[in-house]
Amino acid sequence: MDGDARRAVERAARTSYGRLLALLAARGAGIAAAEDALSDALAAALRVWPERGVPDAPDAWLLTAARRNLGHDRERRQTATAGEATLALLDDERLAQDAPPFGDRRLELLFACAHPAIDPGVQAPLMLQAVLGLDAARIAAAFLISPAAMGQRLVRAKAKIRDAGIGFAIPPPDRLGERVAAVLEAIYAAYGTGWDAMAGAEAKARGLSAEAIWLSRVVREALPDDAEAAGLLALTLFCEARRPARRDAEGCFVPLSAQDPRRWDHTMQAEAEAVLRAAAALGHAGRFQIEAAIQSLHAESVMTGRDHRVPLTGLYDLLWTLAPSAGAGTARASAHAEAGATDAALAQLDKLADRTTGYQPWWAARARVLHLLGRAAEARGAATTAAGLSTDPAVRAFLLGDGLFIGR
Amino acid sequence: MQYSLLYFETPAARGRRDTSDAPAYWGAWNAYMGAMHAAGIMLGGNGLMPPETATTLRISGDTRHVQDGPFADTKEQLGGYTVIEVANLDEALDWAARAPCVTAGSVEVRPVMQQPA
Repeated sequence: MDGDARRAVERAARTSYGRLLALLAARGAGIAAAEDALSDALAAALRVWPERGVPDAPDAWLLTAARRNLGHDRERRQTATAGEATLALLDDERLAQDAPPFGDRRLELLFACAHPAIDPGVQAPLMLQAVLGLDAARIAAAFLISPAAMGQRLVRAKAKIRDAGIGFAIPPPDRLGERVAAVLEAIYAAYGTGWDAMAGAEAKARGLSAEAIWLSRVVREALPDDAEAAGLLALTLFCEARRPARRDAEGCFVPLSAQDPRRWDHTMQAEAEAVLRAAAALGHAGRFQIEAAIQSLHAESVMTGRDHRVPLTGLYDLLWTLAPSAGAGTARASAHAEAGATDAALAQLDKLADRTTGYQPWWAARARVLHLLGRAAEARGAATTAAGLSTDPAVRAFLLGDGLFIGR
Repeated sequence: MQYSLLYFETPAARGRRDTSDAPAYWGAWNAYMGAMHAAGIMLGGNGLMPPETATTLRISGDTRHVQDGPFADTKEQLGGYTVIEVANLDEALDWAARAPCVTAGSVEVRPVMQQPA
């Protein structure tokens, strides 16, 4: 019983965090206060549920408890709006009874985080924390920033949203364009935290990927004419479809080129292709569509054995022009190396060196390129550095083995 | 929420007050302020005399430092301000976007500090 209750709390925290936080924050409490109220509610659930049993509607229970916490908080601060808290609480009780369909304000929360009045560098991390409940350390790792600096930037951004009165609303059509890009960026970062080129498939990360795909579906439905929203959904679906093949029976990491396409999720793969075609039909190319096209080509190459290495370099070059990130640069160098341009690839990697010292895929790519150049000892050194930067045991084992050094 | 919109003008734009362009200059501001009143969001505000009329005071230790002109010598000058009551930052920004000075100068939008309880 105790175990069941504890698991129910954990499940609610995993699956409902963002939705509950959005509802709480959208009522004007501010993100930081809503986070505190929600974590207190989860703590209360850990005490109460094992004694009294898991409520029929766990999310509604948590929402009511969190709103009560917010009410108390407001009373403690003795603001001029004493009646407001009471009214809000009465409203909560009614809402809790109406549960489960108590709405979803996650998209509004995303748009608040993507407001141009927020420092662009912190928008994506802020969305990850607000909607997915990631802690600053985990977000910092994904964005190659120190946890302390990330924590500070997040606190500042939340205060700005509260104090500047940034509203929780989907922007009007004429404002939408400028705000969508930031939202898509954050969702992609969320997906990448759960699944990047070399990372593992532990349960928590899988949950994050599912959340990210869910979010891209929401945005795609809300903005059917946005080609990049479709491109992002296609991209995440392509990657997700391959997840089952990324581990062999022993749990060892399997790189794309060695995967068994029969183990891919073909329904998801087909949906990805269809969404990508729909995106292309809208006639506005963008980085997510190009990344999706790259994934499509990779997949096709593995399935048919056809050699797409040269066309792939073209797509990676285009991607690099549109979005010159460390990740895109690393992938581009790898593509050029596999297509035979090993010297150029090494030069490309060298140019990225000052912003990739802690970036595992860069070290793995470097190891592979050095191997192709016949510089075995240096290649082994780079692979060891990459392994040291990986948090996933299966990926570490792959990097320390000969996996990177098979074939030329 | 209450916001203060601080209107910054370039000296060139402000200089239009003293030329044959003055009716157009004032016409634009009057129309803008009129629209705010009509929307029922205007709580107050003032135009300010030019920066050369400003006097800046600072006290360090026991000494009063009185200085001619505004505190900072910038390209843009504070020409006036309004205080408005709107739902959120986006609505305040939409009003800021309509200010005559927003193309050559800028508008700073700041929440008004609420009385601590």
